[in-house]
Amino acid sequence: MGFAHASSFPCPPTTSCLFPPHPAWLIPHLVHRFANPARFLRIARWATPLTLALGLVLTTAGLVIGLFFSPPDYQQGESVRIMYVHVPAAWLASGGYLGLAIASAAALIWRHPLATIAARAIAPVGAAFAAICLMSGSLWGKPTWGTYWVWDARLTSMLVLLFLYLGYLALSAAEGERGNDRKGAAILALIGAVNLPIIKYSVEWWNTLHQGASVSILSGKSAMAPEMLAPLLISVAGFSFLFSAIVLMRMRAMLAEQRVEARSRRLAEAVA
Amino acid sequence: MTHTANLWASYIWPAYILTIGGMAALLAWSWTSMRTAEKRSDALKRSRQDQ
Repeated sequence: MGFAHASSFPCPPTTSCLFPPHPAWLIPHLVHRFANPARFLRIARWATPLTLALGLVLTTAGLVIGLFFSPPDYQQGESVRIMYVHVPAAWLASGGYLGLAIASAAALIWRHPLATIAARAIAPVGAAFAAICLMSGSLWGKPTWGTYWVWDARLTSMLVLLFLYLGYLALSAAEGERGNDRKGAAILALIGAVNLPIIKYSVEWWNTLHQGASVSILSGKSAMAPEMLAPLLISVAGFSFLFSAIVLMRMRAMLAEQRVEARSRRLAEAVA
Repeated sequence: MTHTANLWASYIWPAYILTIGGMAALLAWSWTSMRTAEKRSDALKRSRQDQ
C-alpha cells in the first residue's frame, strides 16, 4: 500500500510509488539532484557566510571556555586544555577523509561533476587538520607521557592518514596536469579509507600509550565531566562549521576557475 | 607554580597558536582564492556580454 508521494521525490519509473522513497533509489536521486553546479552555487552563496559566521562564533566560544573557564584534569592538570584543539582536529581529519572517500566513490560510480571538485577541496583542508592534530598531540604528549612522539598504533595510523592525504593531493595534481579525470587519485582515496577503522579501534586492538575514547558518538555516552564536555562539543561544532566553510570556498574557487578556463577556450576558438 | 607557568608557555599556548594560526591561514587562503577566481570569472563574463 503506497501513500501519496511528496512532489520533491518523483517516483522512479520502474518501482511502485512509496513514501518514504527506498534508499537504493533516493541516494542516487539526491546525488544527481545536486550534480548541477549552478544549483550548488545558489546554495553555496548563502551557506558560505552562514557556516563561516557560525564557525567563528562557536570556535571562539569553545576555545575561550576551554582555556579559561573549564576545570583542570585531576590527573593531567592544566595540560588537558590542549584537548579542546587536539580532539576537534583529530575528528575532522578522520571525518574529512570519510568525506573524501565518499566524494571519490560518487565521482567513480556516478561521474558526479561536483564530486571530484569536492574531493579536491576537502583534501588539503583534511591534511592541514591531520597535521594540526599530530603537532598538538605531540605538545600534549610531552607533559603527559614524557615524550613528543612514540610509534604507538594511534599516532602511527594518524601519521598514515596525513600521508594518504598528501598522496591524494600529489596524485590528483599530477593527473590534473596530464588532463586525466583523476581516477587514480579517487581509487587511492577509496583504498585509504581502510585506515579509518584502524585509527578508531587502534586503542582497543593494540596496547597503546594513547588513551581510549572518552566520548562515544554511537552510544551517546561520555566519561568526561560536563564542564569539560560542553566546551569540547562547542569546539567540535565550531571547527566543523569552519571546515565546511573552507571546503565551500575552495569548491566555489575551483568552479570559478573552470568557468574562466572554459570561457578563455571559447574566446580563443572564436578568435581563431 | 613555576611548573604550571612552564606548562602554559611551553605546551598549551603553542598548541593553541598553532591551531588558530593554521586555521586562520587556511581561511585566508580559501577566501582570497575564491574572491580572485570569482572576480576573474565575472570580469570575463562581462567582457563577453559587452562584445
